[in-house]
Amino acid sequence: MKLSIYSTLRSAIEAEQPAVTARVVAGPDIGDELLLVYPDALSGGFRDAEAQRSALQLMQPMLRDGGTRLVEIGERRVFLEAHLPAAHLVVIGAVHIAIPLVTIAKALDYRTTVIDARGQFATGERFPHVDTLIEAWPDEGLAQVNLHPGVAAVVLAHDPKFEDPAMAVLLASDVGYIGAIGSRATSAERRSRLLEAGFTEAQLARIHGPIGLNIGAKTPGEIAVAIMAQIIAVRRGATAPTGAPQPRA
Amino acid sequence: MRDVLAYIDEWTAEGEEVALATVVAASGSTPRPVGAKLVVTRSGRMQGSVSGGCVEGAVFETAMDVLDSGEARLVSFGISDEMGWEVGLSCGGQIEVFVEPIVRAN
Repeated sequence: MKLSIYSTLRSAIEAEQPAVTARVVAGPDIGDELLLVYPDALSGGFRDAEAQRSALQLMQPMLRDGGTRLVEIGERRVFLEAHLPAAHLVVIGAVHIAIPLVTIAKALDYRTTVIDARGQFATGERFPHVDTLIEAWPDEGLAQVNLHPGVAAVVLAHDPKFEDPAMAVLLASDVGYIGAIGSRATSAERRSRLLEAGFTEAQLARIHGPIGLNIGAKTPGEIAVAIMAQIIAVRRGATAPTGAPQPRA
Repeated sequence: MRDVLAYIDEWTAEGEEVALATVVAASGSTPRPVGAKLVVTRSGRMQGSVSGGCVEGAVFETAMDVLDSGEARLVSFGISDEMGWEVGLSCGGQIEVFVEPIVRAN
């Protein structure tokens, strides 16, 4: 690996930007390398342009999905390796449900950030497990967070004056999950407000609301489990994660 | 990668010749997953692990060849049970390790 490529990769890892490397480990052009840093910054290069195109196609989805692959491209064996930042849960609204949600996310090795403008809510005493507490309005707080595809954003601030500015930032970003608490009626109202504000149906389809898998959750802890389960399902690409119990045979 | 970054930084800054070894394939029972890394220097410093101790010595020898030639190499190891150093070391698989120099010049 060239030191220049290494330095670029190192900076990406430090800055928590997703990156994927491709290295020819056997066959012709051994040692050729490519580095793709999210969203589309390319360094290095394969001597064979067609092999490079094939590698890039395989690298793109790994910016989101992660993992490693050893593939054959022509006569080359190419090792693809994703270098992803830790999954990151960002909670807007330091409300009651946020407390068990952060605890569960930490147990799943997520980085956690809680944003709330009200300092008396966003306290270390209420959130002993949180990595970062940001006392700011949602849109200002989100501006301090790297919103990469490994981020799951959960909006627990019911009030439109908190919720709508947060949604504007999140919908313009590449976060992997957006969820918002609220009943069907509240979700429908949010939807019409955001449509009126100029967002498209396709953009609004990214919002999970009412939030969480349907597991019949009642307590804050159970609701947190339902939310986290949905985040996992989306991240892992589970199909039709309705959570509805199957009828017993 | 994250676990070896600090060492690569420090050693290259000190002017050491550094080689990076990465597990690129593993089958059977192997102690370290694909992507596991070992960094070594010409002077014999070593951090990280590709096999939990089973083949590090052989990888180090390969790394010296790689630093001499400047050419990256892919090496395969079958890890026999006898090579396990400690009771309970989960050996018995096959790994392929890509050993490459960290190259200063373009």
